[in-house]
Amino acid sequence: MIAMSSRYSALALARHALTGKPWARAWRSADPKPAYDVVIIGGGGHGLAAAYYLAANHGIQRVAVIERAYIGSGNVGRNTTLVRSNYLLDGNTQFFEHSLKLWEGLSHELNFNVMLSQRGQIVLAHGPSQLEVLARKGNIMRLNGIDAELLDRADVMRLLPYLDYSQASRFPIHGGLLQRRAGTVRHDAVAWGYARAADRLGVDIVENCEVTGFVRDGDRIIGIETNRGRIAAGRTAISVAGHSSAVAAMAGLKVPIESHLLQAFVTEPIKPFVDHVISFGAELFYISQSDKGGLVFGGHIDGFNSYTQRGQFPKVQSVAECAVALIPAISRLRLLRHWAGIQDMTPDGSPFIGRTPLRNLYLNGGWCYQGFKATPAAGCCLAFTIAHDAEHPLARHLSLDRFERGNGHDEYGNGNWTYRQ
Amino acid sequence: MATGPTGNDGMLRIPCPHCGERDYTEFRYGGDASKIRPPHGTADARAWQEYVFLFDNPKGAHLEYWQHVLGCRQWLVLERDTATNAVGKAHLARSQGSP
Ligand SMILES: Cc1cc2nc3c(=O)[nH]c(=O)nc-3n(C[C@H](O)[C@H](O)[C@H](O)COP(=O)(O)OP(=O)(O)OC[C@H]3O[C@@H](n4cnc5c(N)ncnc54)[C@H](O)[C@@H]3O)c2cc1C
Ligand SMILES: [Zn+2]
Repeated sequence: MIAMSSRYSALALARHALTGKPWARAWRSADPKPAYDVVIIGGGGHGLAAAYYLAANHGIQRVAVIERAYIGSGNVGRNTTLVRSNYLLDGNTQFFEHSLKLWEGLSHELNFNVMLSQRGQIVLAHGPSQLEVLARKGNIMRLNGIDAELLDRADVMRLLPYLDYSQASRFPIHGGLLQRRAGTVRHDAVAWGYARAADRLGVDIVENCEVTGFVRDGDRIIGIETNRGRIAAGRTAISVAGHSSAVAAMAGLKVPIESHLLQAFVTEPIKPFVDHVISFGAELFYISQSDKGGLVFGGHIDGFNSYTQRGQFPKVQSVAECAVALIPAISRLRLLRHWAGIQDMTPDGSPFIGRTPLRNLYLNGGWCYQGFKATPAAGCCLAFTIAHDAEHPLARHLSLDRFERGNGHDEYGNGNWTYRQ
Repeated sequence: MATGPTGNDGMLRIPCPHCGERDYTEFRYGGDASKIRPPHGTADARAWQEYVFLFDNPKGAHLEYWQHVLGCRQWLVLERDTATNAVGKAHLARSQGSP
């Protein structure tokens, strides 16, 4: 076994600087063992977090995370890194606030700097009725002990002087809702931080290992088939982001999920300019500035089922139009890169964390646009579900059979597959 | 499935039986076209759950509805490979019942 990496600290940094010895690997590269108590399929943020919380909170350490490529190659490394807890619906409000609280302590808990930057998020309102809705949302947040501040036009002008306030603006700015504790997190560090912390507790992180099927005993799942052989598992969880239905189908399950593309964009770097995260109120569009100076932004899904991981150009145009409508000053910035991720979309825009019709098989998927901010809470709830064979109290509204029961959980008619609305 | 003139690299183009091949931005997506609506009066909630909410969501050959909203306004059924975006044939949806 390779020597485990030591604790990161100022002292370790100084010692390292003086001796010049290379840093030890942050986690072991494990080969799959024949059997585990728990196997988690998918080494994204959620799968790694669930493995960490299984070991840390529930004392279950014979755990493997099975990743078909390398960890961080999925959406955890492709998203626009926004975290917030400004949700309206009961259930969502508490779940996402739990997640934000976990983010606030995460660098300490993992001994890995995930670079949480609580720069504040402002959601804009472009008319009085929209501001009313934001006021209601802000009140719900405050009743739940979450910070929220309602802004009028003058407040927004003070905080974001560079928006289009002219008479000619297509979407006049009427006000907004500010959550100061919202912000961004360094996404790769989330994968690496959870991986290192889980590894230190004995979890095997197995990369380049693709799950190709399940081993069944009646209505019970007792293991997985992979391109590196069969692995027996006491309990198995699917946490594969855009591929939930493909993997669930290997177990004979049909789930209410479609896979769609979501694109993200980054401009050439400029000096510090956009100090907050801003969400447009007239379209699904949000923008922030990275530490390197690039403006990072995104919009809607492309709009039709796709696994190509390659966005369509008309979306580049419509998203750029939003950017310029909001901040005319950036119209001549060049796009540096744009990319796409394959994202599960559900009928109500809400995810699933819980049991499935098969015993000892659990599903965490259907995350639509919101899985990154959910990473710590999703990992925490999934670990609880695996350990107790029951839904976590914070995730009871996210069960797989909610449509059958008429309990869809639609936050704002936006997260789901838009063509159906 | 036939590989159309468009593959992974360009704009998705849809061959409308009336209007010829057009950019997908002229169309409105309508989703999975492989399912059959349960007969009116079906009381079994599971049949409706299956029809409304559950999808095969294949990585590969997919039959799907598109409406040519900026053209002839007809609903089409298109064959497309969701892993490559290669398009196959399209026919009018009403030739096999309404969407
Ligand atoms: C462009 C874009 C922007 C986004 N922006 C935001 C944002 O600002 N805020 C936010 O909250 N959310 C955002 N999201 C959503 C968020 O990124 C995802 O919901 C979240 O990352 C999904 O969880 P994950 O990290 O575990 O997924 P992933 O990192 O995708 O992990 C899933 C893993 O499963 C693996 N896998 C798949 N099939 C198999 C198999 N058969 N065997 C083994 N392994 C398999 C994959 O290789 C992958 O590594 C965005 C998504 C995209 C695409
Ligand atoms: Zn036509």
